[in-house]
Amino acid sequence: MRIVFKRSYDADIRLFKHGAQAFWYILLLVVAIALPYLVGEFWLGEFTSMLIWAVAGMGLMLLVGHTGQASLGHAAFLAVGAYANVLLMEKLGLPFLLSLPLAGVAAGLAGALVALPTTKLHGIYMAIATMAIAILTEDIIVILEPWTGGVNGLFAPDIEIFGVNFNRYGNITGMYWLYLGITLLVLLGYRNTLRSPLGRSFAAVRDSEISAQAMGVNLARTRTLAFAMSCAITGIAGAMMGHFSGIFNNETFNIVISITLLLMIVIGGIGFIHGAFVGAFVIVFLPQGISFTRDALSGVFGSSSVTIPGLESGVFGAILIAVILFEPMGLYGRWLKIRTYFELFPFYRRDMFKRQKSYLKTERMR
Amino acid sequence: MDALQLLVSGLANGCVYGLIAMGFVLIYKATEAINFAQGDMMMLGAFVALGLTNHEWWGWPFWVAVPVTIAIMALIGYLLDALLLRRMFGQSQIAVVILTIALGFVARFAAGAIWGHEPQSLESPIAGQDVRFAGLVLGMDELFVIIVTLLLTVGMFFFFARTKLGVAMQAASQNQMAAYYMGISVKRIHSMIWALAGAVAAIAGILFASKGSIDPSTGLMGIKAFAAAVIGGLGSLPGALLGGVIIGLVEPFSARYLGGDLARLMPYLILVLILVFRPHGILSQVQAKKV
Amino acid sequence: MSLLELENVTLKFGGVVAVDDVSFSVEEGEVFALVGPNGAGKSTVFNLISRIYDPFAGDIRFEEQSILSKQSHEIARLGIARTFQNIELFEQATVLQNLLVGRHTHRKSNPVSEVLFLPSVRREERRHRKAVEEVIDFLDLQPYREKYIAGLPYGVRKVVEMGRALAIEPKLLLLDEPASGLSVEETQDVAFWIEDIKKLMGITVLMVEHDMHLVSSVSDRVMALADGKTLAIGTPEEVQNDPKVIEAYIGADDEEGAA
Repeated sequence: MRIVFKRSYDADIRLFKHGAQAFWYILLLVVAIALPYLVGEFWLGEFTSMLIWAVAGMGLMLLVGHTGQASLGHAAFLAVGAYANVLLMEKLGLPFLLSLPLAGVAAGLAGALVALPTTKLHGIYMAIATMAIAILTEDIIVILEPWTGGVNGLFAPDIEIFGVNFNRYGNITGMYWLYLGITLLVLLGYRNTLRSPLGRSFAAVRDSEISAQAMGVNLARTRTLAFAMSCAITGIAGAMMGHFSGIFNNETFNIVISITLLLMIVIGGIGFIHGAFVGAFVIVFLPQGISFTRDALSGVFGSSSVTIPGLESGVFGAILIAVILFEPMGLYGRWLKIRTYFELFPFYRRDMFKRQKSYLKTERMR
Repeated sequence: MDALQLLVSGLANGCVYGLIAMGFVLIYKATEAINFAQGDMMMLGAFVALGLTNHEWWGWPFWVAVPVTIAIMALIGYLLDALLLRRMFGQSQIAVVILTIALGFVARFAAGAIWGHEPQSLESPIAGQDVRFAGLVLGMDELFVIIVTLLLTVGMFFFFARTKLGVAMQAASQNQMAAYYMGISVKRIHSMIWALAGAVAAIAGILFASKGSIDPSTGLMGIKAFAAAVIGGLGSLPGALLGGVIIGLVEPFSARYLGGDLARLMPYLILVLILVFRPHGILSQVQAKKV
Repeated sequence: MSLLELENVTLKFGGVVAVDDVSFSVEEGEVFALVGPNGAGKSTVFNLISRIYDPFAGDIRFEEQSILSKQSHEIARLGIARTFQNIELFEQATVLQNLLVGRHTHRKSNPVSEVLFLPSVRREERRHRKAVEEVIDFLDLQPYREKYIAGLPYGVRKVVEMGRALAIEPKLLLLDEPASGLSVEETQDVAFWIEDIKKLMGITVLMVEHDMHLVSSVSDRVMALADGKTLAIGTPEEVQNDPKVIEAYIGADDEEGAA
């Protein structure tokens, strides 16, 4: 068990608690950078897709896990980011390095706009409102056809930075590194938020609105800010997605994507940044895992591999049910428990991570 | 009399939405849980009836299959609560929502695996028949939907207001601990509510499949029904029916007079407006409480 | 100049009059206690000052300015801090993080600089943590610094609740039943802390309390409420011996009873 001896306030403030933790993360970073040399092009593409989902997941995690609000419609902001990015590149001729952050800003503004009426709502009503807005967005994209290309969608132009072309099929390694860099920047910004007064105000709003106000936290403004930041990050992910897929339309950002995004971070673990990455991993590599298992099983049982349509969502749903029932803290939460068990061995107590249950008192009499 | 035709078919659709919405509200009133799989339960009910009745599956007589379907779906509802939802006790509302969303995924997959993904229609004696009335031709299936829905709503109203079980359900929904103290077995009551919701979903499914075709993704209309429940007021059964009827009527009329694009938006536009201006719905039940 | 003044404040919930024409003032540097049976309206008075409720009639003034136009999140900035009777701590955060939220009104950085974590933000963070350490030292919370609230015993939570309010560096501290649910030793600690808050920190204290022993040992003045109405205001001894107060707590003396 590691005891950290702190000699200054910086020990609490800095990003890594102690040298060993820094070591493991740096090792992970080295592996991540070296990935193109370790795996083939197909898998590299999958990992790039995972980075996109991780960024989107981080956006939603900031809102759901750290500010306690719900959104069943975040795909709408993926869409805003994707369309804004391409339109800025094509109509205004901006380079990628400018259009990406501006697309994030555009998504953030859209988020602030949506937040104004919705953050007054509590819990499930906010989830419903965001879901309705996402469904509306799908149709609004079609209605705005002159700009969005309607049902035909838009082609995303290649990313050109300082003359280097980052195209998924031409230069997947470059795209991977570029996206890795973007992901790390978003991650850094997220961690900075969490260790500053801003992040604490989000957590305050999540845990107890009434005492947060008593501490001087402006509820409406904080929730709107959290929502806007969350949408901005998701917008960046949307822009990344646009270039990765090459083409997108209103169907790319449908309600199922919104729901999948939320389910993904639940599987990963709500409240942990790592949850976004774990969830992204699950969702990108699940199809591979399923076909791998199916091939292995048919090898054992000798049956022909029958394609069962919808198997992926079925398995996804089953995993989610298992996670919710048996490990509400998500897969990363389970990993934390396992790690803590070994760190504290043999002093690990069974209910260390237990949360308090509450009896239901109706919300209809507030 | 085109408008009357639109009215009747809109009402019939509205009644189906309303029935699904009532299933939502039943569960929400009792447990404050949102069952996102209600639409998929309706789809399952329709498919079970189809699987029992249609001659390419089991070919039973329609009027035998109906009560069996209702019983099966009631059992499924009961088991869902007893086996899964009960374990969620003490967790947040959002966790339950996510669980039911996942259940929907699994239900859709299961239906596709068992009955296939092709659209199919229920072979019911009501389907395809017409009623002639004052120079109009109305579908018997649509009228049947409306009548059954009305009967069911009235029945449920009396059930909750007058019967011992119904009053116990209301008590359990307003204050669990107090209900426990009064000797009410809250957990069993919850499972019975889920069973009731399953039965209502089955009826909705049978009615819907009689007048149109279904496939595993039919359950996604549950989202519209959910909007209906919110519009009417999540704590109100008549509100759910009202919301469903509103959406059912708005859809065809706005398609006729405003065009298809806008018509698709209308239910959700209404939902957003209600959420902004009157979040607890038209027939809302929220009262101020002294803190 | 009184630090806090309530003038003819009335609040109704439907037909129930929770606070009925209540007036009192709290002088700077004193410890003022609100006592009364349950349901008397004491916590409601706090909620009115915190602007959770709007009074039906009357005025509330802090430092001579009416605060009725302020919203509940603006009260802390004025220098009024409060604790909650049922403990409203941030359960999924550590004690340290809870206390740091108390520094919110002293925040000098803005969201953009915080996301970038500029050096100025880092300096501010050190300053906040130093201030919070002083509160931790004062309340002897060192062993609990990194512990999550969810696992802490009740007594410790009450102390953290007080600490969080102190982290605001308020002029007026509203304590809502600081000793409820505490053991004798813990209540004594509370008494010492209130003394220190008053004498060392110069903070004015307004508290709601049932423990009359605590009230008489630390309070300068006491006000008794019952059914939303003022019964008596004065020193602890005066209020305890006031016949109206005795009647409210124990009941009227029935001359004909025994015989």
